[in-house]
Amino acid sequence: MSGDREEGAQLNALKRWAIAAGVLLLGRKRRRPLVAEPERLVEAGQPDPRAEWLVLALLLGAACAAAGFIAVYSFNHLEHQTQYLGLALGLAFALLGAALGVIGKRLVDDEEHEEEYPLPRHPEAEEEIAQLVQESGDRFTRKRLLLAGGGTAVGALGAALVVPALSLGPFLDTDPFYETPWRRGRRLVDEAGKPFLLDEIETETFYTAYADRASKEELGSPLVVVRFEPSQLHLPSQRRDWAPGGVVAYSKICTHAGCAVALYRKPTFPPVEPGPALVCPCHYSTFDPTRGGNVIFGPAGRPLPQLPLYVDPSGALRARGNFSGPVGPSWWGVRMRKPSTGPST
Amino acid sequence: MKKALATVAVALALPGAAGAQPGGGASVEQGKELYAEHCLSCHGPNGSGVTSTSHPTGALGLHGLGPPLKGVGAQAADFYLTTGYMPLQDPYDQPRHTQSPFNKQEIAALVAYVSSLGKGPPIPKPEPKRSEISRGLQLFTDHCAGCHQVVAEGGYVPNAVAPPLHQATAVQIAEAVRVGPYLMPKFSEGQISDDELNAIVAYVEWAKHPDDRGGWNLGRIGPVPEGLVTWLMAAVVLIGVCLAIGRRAHN
Amino acid sequence: MGRAHAQAEHGAVDVIRGVVRFVDERSGTAPFLKKALRYVFPDNWSFLLGEVALYSFVILVGTGIYLTLFFEPSTASTYYTGTYAPLHGHEMSVAYRSAVDLSFKVRAGLLMRQTHHWAADVFIAAIVLHMLRIFFTGAFRKPRDLTYYIGVTMLLLALLEGYLGYSLVDDLLSGMGLAIGYSVAMSIPFFGANLAALIWGGPFPGKPEFWSRMFVAHVFLLPVLIGTLLALHLFLVAARHHTQFRESRRTTEKTVVGIPAFPGYAPRSLALFCSVAAVLFLLGGLVQINPIWLWGPYHISQGTNGAQPDWYLGWLIGALRLVPNFDVTIGNYTLIPNPFWGGALFPLIVFAILYLTPSLERRFTGEYGFHHLLDRPRDAAWRTALGAALFAWVFVIFLAGASDRVFVSFGVSYQAQIWVYRVLVFALPVAALVVTRRWCLALQESDRIHRRRELAEAEARGELPQAE
Repeated sequence: MSGDREEGAQLNALKRWAIAAGVLLLGRKRRRPLVAEPERLVEAGQPDPRAEWLVLALLLGAACAAAGFIAVYSFNHLEHQTQYLGLALGLAFALLGAALGVIGKRLVDDEEHEEEYPLPRHPEAEEEIAQLVQESGDRFTRKRLLLAGGGTAVGALGAALVVPALSLGPFLDTDPFYETPWRRGRRLVDEAGKPFLLDEIETETFYTAYADRASKEELGSPLVVVRFEPSQLHLPSQRRDWAPGGVVAYSKICTHAGCAVALYRKPTFPPVEPGPALVCPCHYSTFDPTRGGNVIFGPAGRPLPQLPLYVDPSGALRARGNFSGPVGPSWWGVRMRKPSTGPST
Repeated sequence: MKKALATVAVALALPGAAGAQPGGGASVEQGKELYAEHCLSCHGPNGSGVTSTSHPTGALGLHGLGPPLKGVGAQAADFYLTTGYMPLQDPYDQPRHTQSPFNKQEIAALVAYVSSLGKGPPIPKPEPKRSEISRGLQLFTDHCAGCHQVVAEGGYVPNAVAPPLHQATAVQIAEAVRVGPYLMPKFSEGQISDDELNAIVAYVEWAKHPDDRGGWNLGRIGPVPEGLVTWLMAAVVLIGVCLAIGRRAHN
Repeated sequence: MGRAHAQAEHGAVDVIRGVVRFVDERSGTAPFLKKALRYVFPDNWSFLLGEVALYSFVILVGTGIYLTLFFEPSTASTYYTGTYAPLHGHEMSVAYRSAVDLSFKVRAGLLMRQTHHWAADVFIAAIVLHMLRIFFTGAFRKPRDLTYYIGVTMLLLALLEGYLGYSLVDDLLSGMGLAIGYSVAMSIPFFGANLAALIWGGPFPGKPEFWSRMFVAHVFLLPVLIGTLLALHLFLVAARHHTQFRESRRTTEKTVVGIPAFPGYAPRSLALFCSVAAVLFLLGGLVQINPIWLWGPYHISQGTNGAQPDWYLGWLIGALRLVPNFDVTIGNYTLIPNPFWGGALFPLIVFAILYLTPSLERRFTGEYGFHHLLDRPRDAAWRTALGAALFAWVFVIFLAGASDRVFVSFGVSYQAQIWVYRVLVFALPVAALVVTRRWCLALQESDRIHRRRELAEAEARGELPQAE
């Protein structure tokens, strides 16, 4: 019996397909019903053939410019290629934009319409939502306690999820900020690794020195070295022996905002010119190298850390110890400790 | 006769002893006259210098202040005179690049005179090579960019201007490095060898016409002019476009 | 010919019908789309400034994606062997080298790099202009205060995004700027160093991973954040409809008058997009911006004179230069390092004022209701005057940041400028407040006189004023 029903069903399906095909093929030429034109949604307006031609011209222009871009791009190397590319692409967009602008202003309806502002609020819906939430909680007898528990759980879980962020850096450990590669006996070397000899250091100029066998890109490594006649130096009393032969060395990293103190001001004729100074180009913090690097102008809040020096038997300049203070910009603990020598040694 | 020959020999040797420009005795004389007229009041007789303690103002015709010139040599004299740094009206002013009141011949005379005041370095002869601009950039950034800006557009050093270097000739650049004029450090051969100096000169020469492939270069001093273009060009144009679009065609 | 034309038109309409039906059957959104297409845009040029920002953002994302396909965000050391002679043999990071290669080797690379950078500058300028319009017309009032908060947040994120973007290149100028950012982080009282250590992975210049962090923040995290907020911002604008000026009798707190999105506004908006794209690509090709090959790579021991941040951070460099030299200390504890005032507190105050504006306005005007109609700036004298004062304050500090170039170009003493600015920082906002308020009140008075004269003239002509 089911087999018969199946066959019957199949025949029916076949019949339906045939009828559908017939309708499809024959119904193609079906005309639209003759009813009145529906009410216009967009205001009727006058055509503007001139505007259309203008739009066409602009569109063609845009196409040419874009083609020009492709053409310029296809060159392996062209003098001023970037300029031509920018001109072509910019022009293509500009012309397309102009075409759209003409369409907007002359070829489509831009009559003003009015519209109601939406309702400021929906009190019933708001009330229903509030009611929904409230009624859902009817079965809870210890709402506050559970909320507190929920808050604790979510808070703890949130904290747990955030905690791995601490792996980004040494969050609690601020020891690295005090570390520099300098210690007693470390030699001063130049960019190429050649040691500085006392006799080679001249007055009226400045040198950039680094810690021997340490990374040059460590904040504590670069120094600016200048030389004065010992009579010109007025270092603090405890630093009297920090300047062999009048040579002084300071951290090259500004204590204000960490830029390199890359300027040196040297008076040719002291009676009319400002005194010698190390200056930072970022905010013009100015440090006096004859007086222990103290700030004489600009926003730095701390003097430039000075490195004590001595001369070894071969005549090379070496550090007598670490800086007078931590290098680089200030932070909470910058005055709490003296700098230490880093593990990179 | 011998005495005359000896005098002539001495007269010829004197400029040689100064180790300075060829010029001969006549130049030195002219130089001395020019010096007396334009330089003496600040630099003192025979280039001995004038500090406020060395002479009271007005005495011996000395009105200004100026460093001694003994031993500065042709190098410094040539630098200060060809750039127009000197003569300087007010000793407290910063010497700036100006049109020199002297012509070439007068400058040569003054240079000869100043060289004769004591043995000093001659005018350098830099030989910049195009192949060295890479090394030059490295050296320039290390020693010069802090004041003069990395493409030599000039900069501020407290109380003074480190001038842009576009007008500087190769000789003037070399001289300035060795002389250290005004507040500039003085870099001798021990610190910057002649070879390295050539590289620096090569770079500065190149920096007068650097690679501006990005278009109109806005002065190569960074974001300040870029911000001006953003506001005074782009914003103005785009506001104009908004005005054009925002108004209706038929009101 | 006409019949074929008509048939072609019918064909076109049928295609549109087909598409609309396809979409509607699968999403049910035809009523919504119809409403959206007839959404009414009040017509004023100043309402388009937000769109300028939006389109700049689109260009930023487009050019940014392109750059990401070439840029290598690595601080590994390498030596330059490319075609640009002055850098030959120089040691630099891979990041810097890939940026130089983008500018020299990749065809159209420099165009994309420069367009991207110009787009960032213009993006933030457009946001600022848009925000000024919002502020001075009172558009931030309820129900649009949430939209406004989102907008201010986007401004903040855009500043950070731009800073990270140009710092990624690791050139000498931006490297100096990164060191300053590090110092500002360090200067935060109590935990500044800890925060800096976390972000950088230790003291400056930090671990190589810091570059990965900057990169992922700049190309993914911040754009997604800004994009999401932008979508929310636009949704809220549309959901509450746009504000409008009181231009005619038809514009009221109940009815918005303007041009429908389709067909009226669509071509104009598209034209605006094309204009923004045109301006940005023209700038990108024709006007040099950030020629990093001239600056050279960053090394901590190097500096150049005249280093400046991009314009939108100029207010911060001005502040950092103006603050006198003191660290606030208590014994050995450095409570407030110097950069904190200019680098952290100053922007904090400005943004706090921006965020508090809607609630302060409500408090002081007593108006807690909805506002759909905009004020002309003159009609809200206090608001306009206070806004002018805040703007003057920020602007004078911004100007101070360029005082070294002013000295080099015009000879005005740097020290003198700093002192003048230190006085102006206090005096100018007060002056701006007083003058602006007086000016607004004067304009209001002149408006009143004008209206009275018009009424009198209408009466004299026998035209009685219409009953409301």
